[in-house]
Amino acid sequence: MFDNLSDRLEGAFKTLKGEGKLTEINIAQSVKEIRRALVAADVNYQIAKDFTNRVKDKALGQENILKSIKPGELMVKIVMDELTELMGGQTAGINIKGDPGVVLVAGLQGSGKTTFSGKLAHFLITQRKKKPLLVACDVYRPAAINQLGVIAEQVKAGFYKEPENKNPVEIALSGIAFAKENGYDVVIVDTAGRLSIDEAMMKEISAIKNAISPNETLFVVDAMTGQDAVNTAKAFNEVINYDGVVLTKMDGDTRGGAALSVKYTVGKPIKFVSMGEKMDTLDIFHPDRMAQRILGMGDIISLVEKAQSQFDEEEAKRLEKKIRKNKFDFNDFLSQIGQIRKMGDLKSLIKMIPGMGKMMKNIDIDNSAFDKIESIIFSMTPLERSNPELINTSRKKRIARGSGKSMEEINRFIKDFEQMRKMMHKFTKMEGGPGGMGGGAGRRIKRRRKSKFRR
Amino acid sequence: MSFFGKFFNKKKKEDLDKGLEKTKTSFLNKLSKAVAGKATVDEEVLDELENILITSDVGLDTTVKIIERIEGRVAKDKYLNISELNSILKDEIVQLLGENNIQDLEDYILPNPDVKPNIILVVGVNGVGKTTTIGKLAHQYKSQGKKVVLGAADTFRAAAVDQLKIWAERVGCDFYSKGMNTDPAAVAYETTQYAIQNNCDVAIIDTAGRLHTKVNLMKELSKIKRSVDKAMPGAPHDVMLVLDATTGQNAIEQATHFTNATQVSSLALTKLDGTAKGGVVIGISDQFKIPIKYIGVGEGIDHLQVFNKKAFVESLFEGEVVGN
Ligand SMILES: Nc1nc2c(ncn2[C@@H]2O[C@H](COP(=O)(O)OP(=O)(O)OP(=O)(O)O)[C@@H](O)[C@H]2O)c(=O)[nH]1
Ligand SMILES: Nc1nc2c(ncn2[C@@H]2O[C@H](COP(=O)(O)OP(=O)(O)OP(=O)(O)O)[C@@H](O)[C@H]2O)c(=O)[nH]1
Ligand SMILES: [Mg+2]
Ligand SMILES: [Mg+2]
Repeated sequence: MFDNLSDRLEGAFKTLKGEGKLTEINIAQSVKEIRRALVAADVNYQIAKDFTNRVKDKALGQENILKSIKPGELMVKIVMDELTELMGGQTAGINIKGDPGVVLVAGLQGSGKTTFSGKLAHFLITQRKKKPLLVACDVYRPAAINQLGVIAEQVKAGFYKEPENKNPVEIALSGIAFAKENGYDVVIVDTAGRLSIDEAMMKEISAIKNAISPNETLFVVDAMTGQDAVNTAKAFNEVINYDGVVLTKMDGDTRGGAALSVKYTVGKPIKFVSMGEKMDTLDIFHPDRMAQRILGMGDIISLVEKAQSQFDEEEAKRLEKKIRKNKFDFNDFLSQIGQIRKMGDLKSLIKMIPGMGKMMKNIDIDNSAFDKIESIIFSMTPLERSNPELINTSRKKRIARGSGKSMEEINRFIKDFEQMRKMMHKFTKMEGGPGGMGGGAGRRIKRRRKSKFRR
Repeated sequence: MSFFGKFFNKKKKEDLDKGLEKTKTSFLNKLSKAVAGKATVDEEVLDELENILITSDVGLDTTVKIIERIEGRVAKDKYLNISELNSILKDEIVQLLGENNIQDLEDYILPNPDVKPNIILVVGVNGVGKTTTIGKLAHQYKSQGKKVVLGAADTFRAAAVDQLKIWAERVGCDFYSKGMNTDPAAVAYETTQYAIQNNCDVAIIDTAGRLHTKVNLMKELSKIKRSVDKAMPGAPHDVMLVLDATTGQNAIEQATHFTNATQVSSLALTKLDGTAKGGVVIGISDQFKIPIKYIGVGEGIDHLQVFNKKAFVESLFEGEVVGN
């Protein structure tokens, strides 16, 4: 319903064509839309109100200097900038200095602490050449210790447990001592899930923290969390004054408004994003992506900007002509791939196209698919590249050998290429405009937006 | 203009910190303050109501729906006093939860008392409390003298089988597992067979947590369900979707996708012992016509309760824990 904020904002502005200035009156509707979008994304109610008021103040009287941009888009830009800034702030890394460095992991039940602990160990081993020790301080949940043990084995980290001991403070302390004796340089302390209103358990986590003085205390929060995120984030912060936040289960389709709520409430940086159950699915936090995600919109502005700055207009025109004449060849294809590569990650690029985000949710696009295509084209002779129809079976065999691909793969590729070429040709005829993935992209997207709009 | 529309245009600046203060005062108190000296329910009251509903994760659509219903009643009945309003409000929400004759359970009854064994398949996203809820529910059935078996069809998450096994030991019920990394559909099938052969009253099958967006994992779940049906035509007799009260609007997506994959027939709402209200289930129950059967109010074996609409709605307005 709130899938595309930019479309909705444009709707709110449609009667105001040509307005150069944003005023209290002409933005009232869009402020409302933004609020609704935020609340629908689980941003805390009060924060959504406060945030939109800030946006309004920023927007008021702002001259639309970018004449080409629509007021709706300008408003989106202001929202995006404000949101990104709010979510970003200091981009502090994780502090694991110390001998050993100690990381304390805490949060609500089931938020993903144990899984994150394993991922962090994996990250430290593979990216920082560290030797981490995982310490099992959840003495309550059935099989919690085992779970961490299995994970430790998976990521090849050290593992410390005291199955008979019910005192997590003691276990944490002896874990650190064990690390020192055995040459581990980082200790990751996994703790039991706890509710912020469970006084005994909050005392316990505070006692653990006081005893081990961690270099880094991380609060783990499920990205699907709703309005309660503020209460929990605040309560944990009051008790353990954490250094950073870990946002988990971001591989789903939650808008993740909790991220804003938490950041807004406690001002602590979001340091990691957990994106799956497997151990190598830990990512650093990208404020801009998060802002887009919360607003549930393809960031049309940055796509247009990107497309415009990256695409060579001349090249685009040249391609367009070729496509029209159905002369699009492998050289053109290569250059297209190069262009796309320049623009960055393909999946995130496609996501920026309004409406595509949702469609692409379940589809994995692998940038490395291009590697394969390139290696095949590179194995063609210049003549073949500019004359795709020349490629017969014996040529295919040679290309297969040269690129190390099977005949099947070559056949499939050539077939796909032919089909694409046909489609592109058709497309240019149909649309009567520029086609291909080239310079037309930006314009074509605009056209889509308009037609959606008329509906 | 609808009240909701008006709210979002409101210019009043809110003091954030004040707004975030955990409210100890009951809704009723707030209401009384808001209408002090006024004869009718005004927009300020509805404003406050909206605040409460949204911050309970009820969501925009359902909040609008509730407010419209209240507005309708207010327009009809005029000059409501505050306690009347309070009861009408609760009434309306309870009705929303109960339309299409969704009755609260009286007790921990079997989904289909006419057949034996009953097979319950438990599904949901990661970490919501499936395994724990199974342990608690098994305990309830066991206390009624029923013969229970737990099937460990989460063969994926680290130590998942161990965790369920410990629960089975706590409860003192049977346990069926083929170990980790085995085919979950086979475990589900064999658990059902085990229940039939061993004269069990009920088998509860645990499944791995999965995000509803993972197409393959959702297919796997459909397959698990089919394999249960193969082992016993008509089974499972209940597909229980576990939702975490902490979850916001994404729970609606969860309900949508899990319903598509497995025809969810009941809901359990966990972690209501925390500060989250779980208001999103109102919309879900309304939209999908699925009854909420149980609520989780802690990590202990006794911390499962039969869902009670009135108590739940009450809790939205009280900053207090349901039941207890
Ligand atoms: N899809 C997905 N699942 C995750 C992610 N992180 C954790 N999980 C899953 O979420 C569930 C709970 O994760 P745990 O690591 O056990 O959570 P916890 O916070 O340690 O739980 P308690 O110790 O019981 O409080 C498991 O099924 C994990 O596999 C994530 O980023 N994405
Ligand atoms: N406070 C509280 N904690 C709960 C409740 N239900 C479950 N938990 C806790 O939530 C965490 C996750 O519970 P599990 O039963 O392992 O959840 P799950 O859905 O089986 O998790 P996966 O199998 O990893 O997807 C554990 O720490 C439980 O003790 C509840 O009602 N209240
Ligand atoms: Mg854990
Ligand atoms: Mg489980």
